[in-house]
Amino acid sequence: MAAMAAGLRGLGGRFRWRMPAVAGGVRGAAQGAVAGQRDYDLLVIGGGSGGLACAKEAAQLGRKVAVVDYVEPSPRGTRWGLGGTCVNVGCIPKKLMHQAALLGGLIRDAPHYGWEVAQPVPHDWRKMAEAVQNHVKSLNWGHRVQLHDRKVKYFNVKAGFVDKHTVRGVAKGGKEILLSADHIVIATGGRPRYPAHIEGALEYGITSDDIFWLKESPGKTLVVGASYVALECAGFLTGIGLDVTVMMRSIPLRGFDQLFKEKSLVKIEVWSCHCGDIKHSMAATKEAPCRQMSSLVTEHMASHGTRFLRGCTPSQVRRLLDGQLQVTWEDHTTGKEGTGTFNTVLWAVGRVPDTRSLNLEKAGVDTSPNTQKILVDSREATSVPHIYAIGDVVEGRPELTPTAVMAGRLLAQRLFGGSSDLMDYDKVPTTVFTPLEYGCVGLSEEEAVARHGQEHVEVYHAHYKPLEFTVPGRDASQCYVKAGCRVDAAWTLLTQSPPGLAAEMFGFQMVCLREPPQPVLGLHFLGPNAGEVTQGFALGIKCGASYVQVMQTVGIHPTCSEEVVKLRISKRSGLDPTVTGC
Amino acid sequence: MAAMAAALRGLGGRFRWRMPAVAGGVRGAAQGAVAAQLGRKVAVVDYVEPSPRGTRWGLGGTCVNVGCIPKKLMHQAALLGGLIRDAPHYGWEVAQPVPHDWRKMAEAVQNHVKSLNWGHRVQLHDRKVKYFNVKAGFVDKHTVRGVAKGGKEILLSADHIVIATGGRPRYPAHIEGALEYGITSDDIFWLKESPGKTLVVGASYVALECAGFLTGIGLDVTVMMRSIPLRGFDQQMSSLVTEHMASHGTRFLRGCTPSQVRRLLDGQLQVTWEDHTTGKEGTGTFNTVLWAVGRVPDTRSLNLEKAGVDTSPNTQKILVDSREATSVPHIYAIGDVVEGRPELTPTAVMAGRLLAQRLFGGSSDLMDYDKVPTTVFTPLEYGCVGLSEEEAVARHGQEHVEVYHAHYKPLEFTVPGRDASQCYVKMVCLREPPQPVLGLHFLGPNAGEVTQGFALGIKCGASYVQVMQTVGIHPTCSEEVVKLRISKRSGLDPTVTGCG
Repeated sequence: MAAMAAGLRGLGGRFRWRMPAVAGGVRGAAQGAVAGQRDYDLLVIGGGSGGLACAKEAAQLGRKVAVVDYVEPSPRGTRWGLGGTCVNVGCIPKKLMHQAALLGGLIRDAPHYGWEVAQPVPHDWRKMAEAVQNHVKSLNWGHRVQLHDRKVKYFNVKAGFVDKHTVRGVAKGGKEILLSADHIVIATGGRPRYPAHIEGALEYGITSDDIFWLKESPGKTLVVGASYVALECAGFLTGIGLDVTVMMRSIPLRGFDQLFKEKSLVKIEVWSCHCGDIKHSMAATKEAPCRQMSSLVTEHMASHGTRFLRGCTPSQVRRLLDGQLQVTWEDHTTGKEGTGTFNTVLWAVGRVPDTRSLNLEKAGVDTSPNTQKILVDSREATSVPHIYAIGDVVEGRPELTPTAVMAGRLLAQRLFGGSSDLMDYDKVPTTVFTPLEYGCVGLSEEEAVARHGQEHVEVYHAHYKPLEFTVPGRDASQCYVKAGCRVDAAWTLLTQSPPGLAAEMFGFQMVCLREPPQPVLGLHFLGPNAGEVTQGFALGIKCGASYVQVMQTVGIHPTCSEEVVKLRISKRSGLDPTVTGC
Repeated sequence: MAAMAAALRGLGGRFRWRMPAVAGGVRGAAQGAVAAQLGRKVAVVDYVEPSPRGTRWGLGGTCVNVGCIPKKLMHQAALLGGLIRDAPHYGWEVAQPVPHDWRKMAEAVQNHVKSLNWGHRVQLHDRKVKYFNVKAGFVDKHTVRGVAKGGKEILLSADHIVIATGGRPRYPAHIEGALEYGITSDDIFWLKESPGKTLVVGASYVALECAGFLTGIGLDVTVMMRSIPLRGFDQQMSSLVTEHMASHGTRFLRGCTPSQVRRLLDGQLQVTWEDHTTGKEGTGTFNTVLWAVGRVPDTRSLNLEKAGVDTSPNTQKILVDSREATSVPHIYAIGDVVEGRPELTPTAVMAGRLLAQRLFGGSSDLMDYDKVPTTVFTPLEYGCVGLSEEEAVARHGQEHVEVYHAHYKPLEFTVPGRDASQCYVKMVCLREPPQPVLGLHFLGPNAGEVTQGFALGIKCGASYVQVMQTVGIHPTCSEEVVKLRISKRSGLDPTVTGCG
């Protein structure tokens, strides 16, 4: 959404706002000369998570604030309300549809727990989508009300800079307004990228901007891409019973990985939410193959019915007479061409910053030539000192709602609250809501080794079995057979996956420095409720937790998270990391 | 379970163990395993005295057999009931209502427990810990007599002896019919048939957890409590827990104490109680009466006096010092059988492990019983670590305590329109910057998963400032903790709205 807020300078003549009398904060010398002439203290372009948080915080500090937000419809014509990507076409509808998919699995568990549910249970997309969409609309409304309550002026106009302090807003009907402000924050986020040179891609494909707003089930779906967006969408679509194929050029979650690596270019702190190897074998062989967490995620998906076309790139999308989409692709492994028909093709091949229509050059705001993202310093200031940028539109920042919210809030506090606290982008936790959730915080094993050297890094790891997955599994006698070493075959039965595949997927690792007390550098957790599990540990790691302190922390029994404080097997030891018993 | 381990000193002549001896249960097993790993010769003695109703079980202690494990699984069954009712809102065409089959659930749970019993046996075997299924009693300071089921006796002796016999549910002493017709948590998980309409007597977490899952699987459940629920826990949180249960169908009889249980001709149990509020007598009929009125340490048959091990005259629990040593220096006690210890599996496990490391691993690390997190698995789960609000105020004074709180709505509750009135989180801090966190209390789904990590943070001395610097994971319930901005003192509305 191109969106913008600015204090009217009297050019349009329709809006005139006095400087608030209570203004008692720090104001830069730059705006001193014209204070009172510009209509807003703060103008936020973009009504997403970061922009709204910044605007509301500034308003609470007594400043005069405006938010401009405008949602350019997607190529398929999907449009939505105030709140940005997270609320409308991101975290919120994604997590709700993920929950719908999880419920599908729980319904299949239910008979094992005594619930007499006739199987299989069909799923109705329309009903789910309507419920999700209604919730999103209630959030849109909630945001409007919040802005109103805090006296933040909201304009539903598309914004572009006129000069360093002025923005032109164009409403849907073409009506224009001019807005000016002392401080301007750009928080326009990003939009899904369409592939440039694939015939039919734009014409017939949809993106994550559309999937949550479909009135009818997408049916048999091809998801192109290996980003976390691709895997999350493929995951919940499979979970509600659709035939889903993921086509990826190379490795899964690379985008995710790179997303975090980008940060290292900007910040001294290296980021990676990608995880390292994890021993992955039911047998206690020391030579067990090491795989990456992301492979575990896709392996789990594959064992639950998602198809994967690896090493393939699409070359053409055509609409057949019956309305189906015929996709042609190149298989780089075999060198051959493949085709398939789908009802829906979803592109999840990355996102582009929404800076195109902002006329940034008129204000003199610099962007990265490669990514078109806005360049900022540690205070979130762009090349123009009174213009700031936060969230996904910024070069080298994690594309996460909570970081944008916190950055926006801290920025407002620095501008108007006398604070000097900078946003700390180090050790930001996050979770990928694939069917098997993946939560992480801090460094990956590779990053830790790269920074500190193999000899100075100790990795503790474990494979565990969530208690709740035992009952829907096989009867105890079969567990007896495996008992002694591991009893983890139970979960495989539940999931109908090949024996020996699923159980060891619930795993995690903790990356520490080797020197006592072994400070924790990163934590990676794969399993149910990974987001809930990871959050608290992020605080611990923020507080400088060491392995010794983790070991001194008493577990909460029986939970999955207690496995973290029971991590005793180091990779170096070569011992079997499979958890057994209580 | 009476359980004990002792290295035989040659008295019986059949067993000869160089080293130490450990005691049974989860704790004993864990400790025995550690000692064995440290190269010592270890034996575990465990014996489950059947409950008054005749329920018996295998190796592993309370947690595995009649505690955490079956409890959490039946709690999960109950949660699934709610999720099945949610499912149509998420598009799943499940015909409602869905009936529940106790037998099927119980059998699955019991089978899992049996697999764990077996797993413990195998673990002991793998680590060369000798296991005796005998009932133990001290003969002298270093010797224990074990009596097997058939009456066969053995004598075992050891350099070090650890008592980890845990506790058993208490039956009320002076209520007619209580012992005869009532069951306890020792029985509920092993019932072959549904308990039917159930009266749960007590206000402990055991009482509320049992009442919660029984209600959740569709039974008619009444909780009778004399005074307050969850004594010792934060009282604001505790009343939210029972408020949530009441709004989901559990009946509560407050200020009542039972006086008699009779069996009627049709087999139902008629319970008579005194209502202390009205002063009147009440009666009701139930299929099952479950006593959850506390637990007693399992020390009766140990002949502790023969070894000279001191117990508390009030509780009969064993008295130990910070090294877990009893009044007899080479006899130790850990877990629920010990006076003043939290009755929690993970504390017993850690205490046992640390004890073995001190005895045989050259360690001097003591168990730290401070800031132990725990979670009550009531239908709405309650996780906590550190001080309650009352305790913080009592210790530091109202003026020095700042409480941050929020009423939040889990995202997953929105689509099915679930009531989130009791989803609440509060953090108790010192008021002086940087406002060290004294306690965290979380009421909501997955409270155990949420609380664990914060327990690490609080262990590391987290301050409110550091909590605020921690970025949230969106959308989760746990992120509400790092977004706590409203203090009670401010009087502002703590209801969370929207994102961010």
